[in-house]
Amino acid sequence: MKLTATLRISFVSLSRNPTRTLLTTLGIVIGIGAVITMMEIGNGSKTSLRSTIEKMGANSVMVMPGAMRMPGSPRKEMGSAVTLTPADADAIRQECPSVGKCSPVVRGSGTQIVFGNATWLPAAMYGVSPDYLDIRNWQLAEGRCFTDNEVDTNARVCVIGSTIVKELFNGMSPVGSELRIGDVAFEVVGVLKSKGANMIGMDEDDVIMAPWSTLQMRVTGLKMGSATNTTSTVSNYPGDRFVVSGVALYPEQDISVTRDKLFYSRFSQLNQIVFEAVSTDKVEDALKEVSDVLRRRHRIYAGKEDDFHIRNSADFMNMLNSTSTLMTNLLLGVALISLIVGGVGIMNIMLVSVTERTREIGLRMAVGARSKDILLQFLIESTVLCLAGGILGILLGHGASLLIKNIAKWPVESSPGAVIAAVAVSAGVGILFGFYPAWKASKLDPIEALRYE
Amino acid sequence: MENNPHIPLIKLENITKTYFLDGDISVPVLKGITMTIEQGEYVALMGASGSGKSTLMNILGCLDRPTSGDYFLDGEELGRASGDKRAMIRNRKIGFVFQNFNLLPRTSALDNVIMPLAYTAGELTNAQCRARGLEALKEVGILERAGHHPGQLSGGQQQRVAIARALINRPPVIFADEPTGNLDSKNSVEVMEMFSKLNAAGITVILVTHSDEIAAHAKRVICMNDGEIVPGLFSRH
Repeated sequence: MKLTATLRISFVSLSRNPTRTLLTTLGIVIGIGAVITMMEIGNGSKTSLRSTIEKMGANSVMVMPGAMRMPGSPRKEMGSAVTLTPADADAIRQECPSVGKCSPVVRGSGTQIVFGNATWLPAAMYGVSPDYLDIRNWQLAEGRCFTDNEVDTNARVCVIGSTIVKELFNGMSPVGSELRIGDVAFEVVGVLKSKGANMIGMDEDDVIMAPWSTLQMRVTGLKMGSATNTTSTVSNYPGDRFVVSGVALYPEQDISVTRDKLFYSRFSQLNQIVFEAVSTDKVEDALKEVSDVLRRRHRIYAGKEDDFHIRNSADFMNMLNSTSTLMTNLLLGVALISLIVGGVGIMNIMLVSVTERTREIGLRMAVGARSKDILLQFLIESTVLCLAGGILGILLGHGASLLIKNIAKWPVESSPGAVIAAVAVSAGVGILFGFYPAWKASKLDPIEALRYE
Repeated sequence: MENNPHIPLIKLENITKTYFLDGDISVPVLKGITMTIEQGEYVALMGASGSGKSTLMNILGCLDRPTSGDYFLDGEELGRASGDKRAMIRNRKIGFVFQNFNLLPRTSALDNVIMPLAYTAGELTNAQCRARGLEALKEVGILERAGHHPGQLSGGQQQRVAIARALINRPPVIFADEPTGNLDSKNSVEVMEMFSKLNAAGITVILVTHSDEIAAHAKRVICMNDGEIVPGLFSRH
């Protein structure tokens, strides 16, 4: 029997009962629609996650000091050792070709800031260099960032986030105003563009940034890789080589003298060094180069453990990606169950159709239809039904995701793979669930079928 | 007769058919039928209800298989042939006309007529199929009704569409099971005239009926009683 003729018969018999045909395919329509919507939302959220992380700085890498180890005492947390110095940051900048920008980071949290009669304890206080804003993809809303020259001269200038503008300045432009960090006065030279909450819910706009040198010299104080450090480990730093451990080299200075004196800061400790690879595919190279430079500078023998940690934001991205993939798969599973339910609906209606058309089947057999002709006819009918449902479902699902995009502003991205899969799955459902009714029809006895009332 | 190389159209040799109810109760319906029907005959199969004439008809029409015995159509044994082979024979060599017409509802007369062509192995284009369908409709005299659905046709017209459908593959034999059972007398006469005309054109017509009036159209009457052919009753003509 000719396939085109079979197809025509299927279309004719399906179009005889348009309401029933439509209602029968509804299960498939909803199932496929749900799959398509899920896939598009899943894809969209994955893409938006990636762009969020890229905004955070996809190429950015953090170097933190390693754990401090002293014989006889427990190992302390990461960053407790004094190993990263501004000189390391300079070396990274100069010696690593794959590294683009690089900034030392000094943390100064726990110090309140004051403006007029208002006080505020910001969530984050960073001492950085101007490169930091570029590495983190952070724009200014107003004013300017501090300059390298201001870093070199320990200038008392700062840029602040929009939360602080709201809390301290009541929405007035703070540029040019003077606020105090602790008891040191700083001029506000710029306001950061609002970033909102980050992925773990912390307000990223509750931030104040100043030159790292200023913050370290004037606010947080120095933590030197120093003479007063009572440690029996041999210091790695050139300036310490002629210092006898545990012995004060100079007479103790008065606190007011200490505050006024600008230390030579090359050997002071940094909380972090943040750098950025020149491009995304150079991240691996940059990691290797930085690691080599730091190991050489810190005189770590081959085979010994690093005294620093390098954290790559790609790891974080992978973690988040796997979470969102899991969610997508879970929802896809639910959608597949609804497809199975839809398939059972198809089977049910095909069984009804076979019973209703028993006489027609008998007649077709009497005029020469073979069993396999009848089988094929009903199989094609259920497949056509499912495919029509699938195509309708694809349109519906795509429409729904567009609606979600426009109304709920969720990120949505169409997925050609899902469309192909949906067509294949709906045809598969048609064949799978249409087979039993078709087989039943093909096994009818023509005499009985012709007599059926 | 035995030495005659001539092959009869239909040859039955000791055909039996036994139904088994509930596994062990056997109901013999045909008890050894032996007969021959030649090409071009016009045969009426008569008998009371339960005499086995419908069962015999189903076996002749390749719809049912005999329990034992041989059935030759055109010299081919078909009682034990494969299902696909028998379907092919039904399509090519046999035309059926039913008491209740058995037309597809909401399908035009023309589409009803060309429906068997969909199962014919030979490749015919759609246009060729339609041309043949129209030809068959013309033959039964309702060409102008080609586009009408069965619901829009009278009983006689419906039966003529059914006859056109039976003729579409130019079979050598047509089986008609009570073809006038659902028709009024006027339409009955028209349909019976149609069969006479077909027979005159050389087609073997075998009809099942229990009406003497209808059987009177036939050239030969075979009477059945209790699963056997009643001997001695032959053509009235």
